[in-house]
Amino acid sequence: MTTAAINAMKSLSVSTNLMHFPAKTSSKLALPQTQQISRQSLHKNVLNFHLSTPRNNRISTYSVPNPPRAVASQSYDALTEPNKKIFHGKCFVVDDNIDTDQIIPAEYLTLVPSKPDEYEKLGSYAMIGLNAKYGRFIEDDQIKTQYPIVIAGANFGCGSSREHAPVALGAAGVKAVVAEYYARIFFRNSVATGEIYPLESECRVCDECKTGDIVTVEIEGNKLINHTTGKEYVLKPIGDAGPVIDAGGIFEYARRTGMIAAPSS
Amino acid sequence: MASPATARAPSISHLLKYKNGIHYDATGLTPLNSKATAAWKTQKRTTKFVAAVMAPPQPQQRSPASTGSVKHAMTMTEKILARAAEKSQVNPGENVWVKVDNLMTHDVCGPGTIGIFKKEFGSQAKVWDREKIVIIPDHYIFTSDERANRNVDIIRDFALEQNIKYFYDITDRSDFRANPDYKGVCHIALAQEGHCRPGEVLFGTDSHTCNAGAFGQFASGIGNTDAGFIMGTGKLLIKVPATLRFVMDGEMPHFLLAKDLILQIIGEITVSGGTYRAMEFSGSTVKSLTMEDRMTLCNMVVEAGGKNGVVAADQTTFDYLEGKTSSSFEALYSDEAARYLQEYRFDVSKLEPLVAKPHSPDNRALARECRHIKIDRVYIGSCTGGKTEDFMAAAKILISAGQKVKVPTFLVPATQKVWMDLYTLPVPGGNGKTCAQIFEEAGCDTPASPNCGACLGGPRDTYARMNVPQVCVSTTNRNFPGRMGHKEGQIYLASPYTAAASALTGFVTDPRDFL
Repeated sequence: MTTAAINAMKSLSVSTNLMHFPAKTSSKLALPQTQQISRQSLHKNVLNFHLSTPRNNRISTYSVPNPPRAVASQSYDALTEPNKKIFHGKCFVVDDNIDTDQIIPAEYLTLVPSKPDEYEKLGSYAMIGLNAKYGRFIEDDQIKTQYPIVIAGANFGCGSSREHAPVALGAAGVKAVVAEYYARIFFRNSVATGEIYPLESECRVCDECKTGDIVTVEIEGNKLINHTTGKEYVLKPIGDAGPVIDAGGIFEYARRTGMIAAPSS
Repeated sequence: MASPATARAPSISHLLKYKNGIHYDATGLTPLNSKATAAWKTQKRTTKFVAAVMAPPQPQQRSPASTGSVKHAMTMTEKILARAAEKSQVNPGENVWVKVDNLMTHDVCGPGTIGIFKKEFGSQAKVWDREKIVIIPDHYIFTSDERANRNVDIIRDFALEQNIKYFYDITDRSDFRANPDYKGVCHIALAQEGHCRPGEVLFGTDSHTCNAGAFGQFASGIGNTDAGFIMGTGKLLIKVPATLRFVMDGEMPHFLLAKDLILQIIGEITVSGGTYRAMEFSGSTVKSLTMEDRMTLCNMVVEAGGKNGVVAADQTTFDYLEGKTSSSFEALYSDEAARYLQEYRFDVSKLEPLVAKPHSPDNRALARECRHIKIDRVYIGSCTGGKTEDFMAAAKILISAGQKVKVPTFLVPATQKVWMDLYTLPVPGGNGKTCAQIFEEAGCDTPASPNCGACLGGPRDTYARMNVPQVCVSTTNRNFPGRMGHKEGQIYLASPYTAAASALTGFVTDPRDFL
């Protein structure tokens, strides 16, 4: 290999000393010695996760693009339901700058999402801060929404860093949001929690869809089909964020790819 | 050649693609280091062809900008992240693992973060460093809401279990002064307690963590899951942001405050103009700002979608830190040749007091053009506008006017220290009177217990929460629908000068009317 290539390769790998635990602790965090820096993202919202797992003293690197998958993640492939990434149902349409106070008003933040009963309760309050003009996201006597897909305009999820926002949506039964683009903390939280797929559209889908339209969102096919209007829209590929959400969030993904060990107790 | 979607056998050689004489990265789309490949191609050519006879190459005296050092020129944010990632260089768009110097959490997100930490690392797991986690209850403190109270108990139990060094506890809610450890609003407490240091990396489970960028550090808000991850590992994977540069020059008019500057900027670039960007503030005006002013600037970076805000550390910074921290730090500065995505220049002497009208922080308008807007209340508080200097500014307007306020005026000091300052420090030009005295004489509400208060609404019984639709001028940071409580409340974001002036007239008012 040329010097340039070797140098480039060196700059792509990072050695991290992540083992700073004194011998006595029981938290077994087995992070790999080197991680590969991701390739250039195709669009700004992609959270790139490239992980290498030392196996047989050989540093094997793989990216996890949408299928077909690399060898190392094949066992995970078998666990995925084939139709897991197609979502079908009614859509709920909002427009620009829907901030976290509207998605989940601050008074509900006393609910702790890691407690199962409070997680459900949080879901029941999803989008309750929205202006009445959008209609009810969740009916009065319900705790889940009838809209598995939310369609939004620009800068969805702006405002607070509260993870309660994507969590409330996920807990309410939302599977995917299709927005023009997202605020960065909301996007990051969606991926880290694995609660919803934050997809981006190529155009302002929110202008052409109405709440109640029947839609299908295909993650792998990168498309949104509105059956009510008969129109189809191209979505930007979810990229490396996809496998993280597929796995159920960053921790689950990290465990499945051998990046961290299962909890010690 | 193989497209990114094709299966790849796990092997290093497939890290790079090579086609048509050019090396590409793993996607096969982006050429690597074109300078190097160009050089390689040149070398290859000279071995094949006979070149004209030339003198041997002389060592040239080239200025740093042309020796290739340009490719190492980095902005302050890039440098901080490079050091934290133990790399010599990082580029915007790159994802890097950074070592975290401090992790902050509070009563709202702490329990969730702790829950995730225990679930993912084990109920017996220990945090990565008991001295690098700062737990600050501040959001829902002075309330009878049981869950809110329970949440403070949860973070206390965790702090005890993990022997967390910095936990600013409150046990007696009836009197904040009875709690020697309690501080108040997390971002101001972090600064006052010396946790903000130049060159460091700080993450917090609160969007206004960017406030600390005023100290020349990388500070950004994250969610519970990311924080739980840091709790166990001390690291986080983040994307290096490109930097937007805001250069502010000119003498600061006497009626303008840092809040007006940041409202100007947010109005300029919109609530998503800073998404995934670092926002760097420089220029002569910025250099003249106090630390609290700089905090106000960096605090609202998130309102423009920004990832972090930075102001270069200087003597002002070091003077502020004197006596607050015994930790050593090394400030980092943007290179001369650093590349910025965009540069914005402001002549501050031409700016006027602003408000952000309902319902968006970028809904910028001149305060003087809103004087017909009748208001119902004024709120002075929060990490953005509840610091000592913010109250001093408000008091200055009240002294100037010598009148009583016409609407309920709520004062919520950010921290215990700010509260103390209100009652002890004389206000310049106030004939020895303290802020508290001036506020009382003007008919304002008594300064409340320090906490986040009604900035974000909170539980129903939160002091100064807007429970019916009203119009409020506020020194806080967001005015989205329902932010302070009622969905139909109308919030005008403003500087402390503008807020105090508006309190005096009962309408949105330009502070020049009183200065």
